[in-house]
Amino acid sequence: MAARKAKFFVGGGLFLAALAGLLVTGFEEGKAYYQTVGELRAMGPRAEGRRVRVAGDVVPGTIASEGEGKVRFEIEHEGSRLAVLYTGREPLPDTLVDRAQAVAEGHLLQDGSFEANHVQAKCASKYDAAYEETKTAPAAKPPAGRQATDG
Amino acid sequence: MHHLGNFSLMAVVVMCAYAVVASLLGVRKQSSQLVNSARRALIAAAGFSALSVAALLALFLADDFRFEYVASYSAAALPWYYKVSALWAGNDGSLLFWTFLMLVFAAACAISRRRDELMPHVVATLGGVILFFAYMNYWVCNPFGQLAEITAAGPIPFTPRDGNGLNPLLQHPIMAIHPPILYTGYVGFVIPFAFCVAALWTRRLDAAWIQNTRRWTLIAWFFLGSGILLGGRWAYVELGWGGYWGWDPVENAALMPWLTGTAFLHSVMIQERKGMLKIWNPGLVIVTYLLCVFGTFLTRSGIVSSVHAFASSEFAWRFLVFIIFAAILSAALLITRIKDLRTENELEAVVSRESGFLFNNLLLLAACFAVLWGTLFPVLSEAVQGEQISVGAPFFNRVNVPLGLALLLMTGVGPLLAWRRSSLDSLKRNFTVPLLSGVAAGVLLFALGMRHPYAILCFAMSAFVVVTIGSEFHRGVRARRAHRGGGYGTALFDLVQRNTRRYGGYIVHFGIVLLFIGFAGNAFNKDVIADLNRGESTAIGPWKVTLQDLPGGETPVYNWLGAQVLLSKNDEPVGIFQPRRQLDKATGQATSEVRRHATFQEDVYLVFSGMTEDGRATVHVYRNPLVRWVWIGAFVMFLGTVLTLLPNRSPVRRAEVTAAEGAALEAV
Repeated sequence: MAARKAKFFVGGGLFLAALAGLLVTGFEEGKAYYQTVGELRAMGPRAEGRRVRVAGDVVPGTIASEGEGKVRFEIEHEGSRLAVLYTGREPLPDTLVDRAQAVAEGHLLQDGSFEANHVQAKCASKYDAAYEETKTAPAAKPPAGRQATDG
Repeated sequence: MHHLGNFSLMAVVVMCAYAVVASLLGVRKQSSQLVNSARRALIAAAGFSALSVAALLALFLADDFRFEYVASYSAAALPWYYKVSALWAGNDGSLLFWTFLMLVFAAACAISRRRDELMPHVVATLGGVILFFAYMNYWVCNPFGQLAEITAAGPIPFTPRDGNGLNPLLQHPIMAIHPPILYTGYVGFVIPFAFCVAALWTRRLDAAWIQNTRRWTLIAWFFLGSGILLGGRWAYVELGWGGYWGWDPVENAALMPWLTGTAFLHSVMIQERKGMLKIWNPGLVIVTYLLCVFGTFLTRSGIVSSVHAFASSEFAWRFLVFIIFAAILSAALLITRIKDLRTENELEAVVSRESGFLFNNLLLLAACFAVLWGTLFPVLSEAVQGEQISVGAPFFNRVNVPLGLALLLMTGVGPLLAWRRSSLDSLKRNFTVPLLSGVAAGVLLFALGMRHPYAILCFAMSAFVVVTIGSEFHRGVRARRAHRGGGYGTALFDLVQRNTRRYGGYIVHFGIVLLFIGFAGNAFNKDVIADLNRGESTAIGPWKVTLQDLPGGETPVYNWLGAQVLLSKNDEPVGIFQPRRQLDKATGQATSEVRRHATFQEDVYLVFSGMTEDGRATVHVYRNPLVRWVWIGAFVMFLGTVLTLLPNRSPVRRAEVTAAEGAALEAV
């Protein structure tokens, strides 16, 4: 009885230890710090080699293909700009267009530019705001309050 | 039309509230009339909910752009079927649809299980849960809101000439069925949850609630799994990054309840047979349902950044309050019933079917925990350290690949273990052939030059599990023929018919093996990116891709440019393909239309990524081995699940069932 319980505890303990080991090593391998363009700039050389996710809006007109899937673009957040060179293997998301909200994952290079191997751009379901700007010049709807009742 | 929509929504709120109150009052006053009226109110709510969905649908089909939701997600030029699917393209409409599906389940349950003694409390629970969603539909994210222009004189109704258009990525046949199927899975778990709460509430804590909800759970589980795989299929054929799973928070949100739901489907077997795990099982159902709601919340709240999450919205905190409230209430219910949930049996041996199930549960929960941890890590690290740290695909793969392989192994090991305890003799007898097959497969692959350790493990285990499943069928057939004679085919048919649950389960397991074979193919993915002039080519392995032409054209919805390529294998032409870039007119968004040459061995996946400055076409070619087996595995799982849902053709069992039904009738 006691021996059987002990077996279960030892087995369970080993299992949990293995799981913890996986979680820790996986974490070290996959972690990336989320920073704004400004924060990344402020870190200076300390940021080199650190895996970072940095978010900003794509500066219009800066997306340029370098060939073989490499793409340059600039992102901007609260006045700070960052030049990004995308070198990843996946094709860039189709949602990466001028003014899109992009998240670039990669690391800062010595010259102050950013090499990304993974880029996300916010899905177009979220493009209501852009729609307001581009397609209907006058403010088309009340910003927050909803006219849920009869109109 | 929107008046009808709003009226129906209000009616759903009223009916659900009535269902809760009348049901509980009916129990207290022992009035079967009141209880019945509560049940009918729930059915009526389903009707009204259908009306509200129909009203929104009518607005979409009529291109009524006075309405913000319609203007945001549709456009006049869209074909009618995408106008229909635009219904669930955004937050408000999809939540409306969500409530509707939940009510369909609730009503179906209220009709088919009307004599169940747990029914009053089931109705109250369902009513309470749906009341929350109905409240959200009407007050917080009402899809019938109209556009207005704010002027000095106050808001004036405003109708844009055309709508915003549907995100072109969502203009895909799979996207017309993926959300409804996934949502059906999400909401379906409300039924086992409601029965579980009702059983705890009334302290009727035998396995009846589990048996009575088995099919509901299976259906929800099946839809959730299919929804996840369809989502993967959509990502694969539409998003153009060559893969089908990216550990995106929204994907994870759906995976988590599927994992705990899978654990539940297994662990209930121990409770039914042995009366064990009586606290564990209600716990699992509660956790699964809460994860379903949490997944909805995760998708819509924007608390974790995700490629396809809906906009962050003001309802996030309301959802969170609901989840916490439901969690506390269910936990309290469970804790106060612990005394009544004493196990009827103890685990007898380490090597037994019971501990096999237990280990399976442990693995599934560990995987769920890892996914939850990784998904929420950015939020947690920010709260604790003030620094947002995210963990990407490497984390999820590192943790979940070994767990997945261990689970795969258990699909083979579990059925070979005897209940109570497995003797050394039976272990030898059962394991020798499958184990040798697995080892042989591994050695063979190594000899053929395969060096990826996880891939070899995966294929070896697949061989082991397939042989196990085959021998289970074979043994059953042999026993049947010894008993009743007849041909192999008839005996097999007879066998499966007599125990659909067991043999359907094996077929689901076989589907899982095929899935894993497809997953293992990922270890060997290769790709090449090339900038090509007309007539130039690029090669990957035996495949050669030659750019022939760059045609272009226009439809009412989009402009397109294609890269027409000739695909050849070992210099033998295979076919002409035309991956495209499309520019959606309404949204101004570009999408890639990928083209695939799919075989059982591998997919050649062609993406036209764009033009370089000097006018060359950038073509991205992927070789994705074994991907097709993922979809085949999904289909086999579908067949297996259908089989487990079929009733057994066993006279003995039928007698048992009628006896049980008779008892239930008397109780009412």
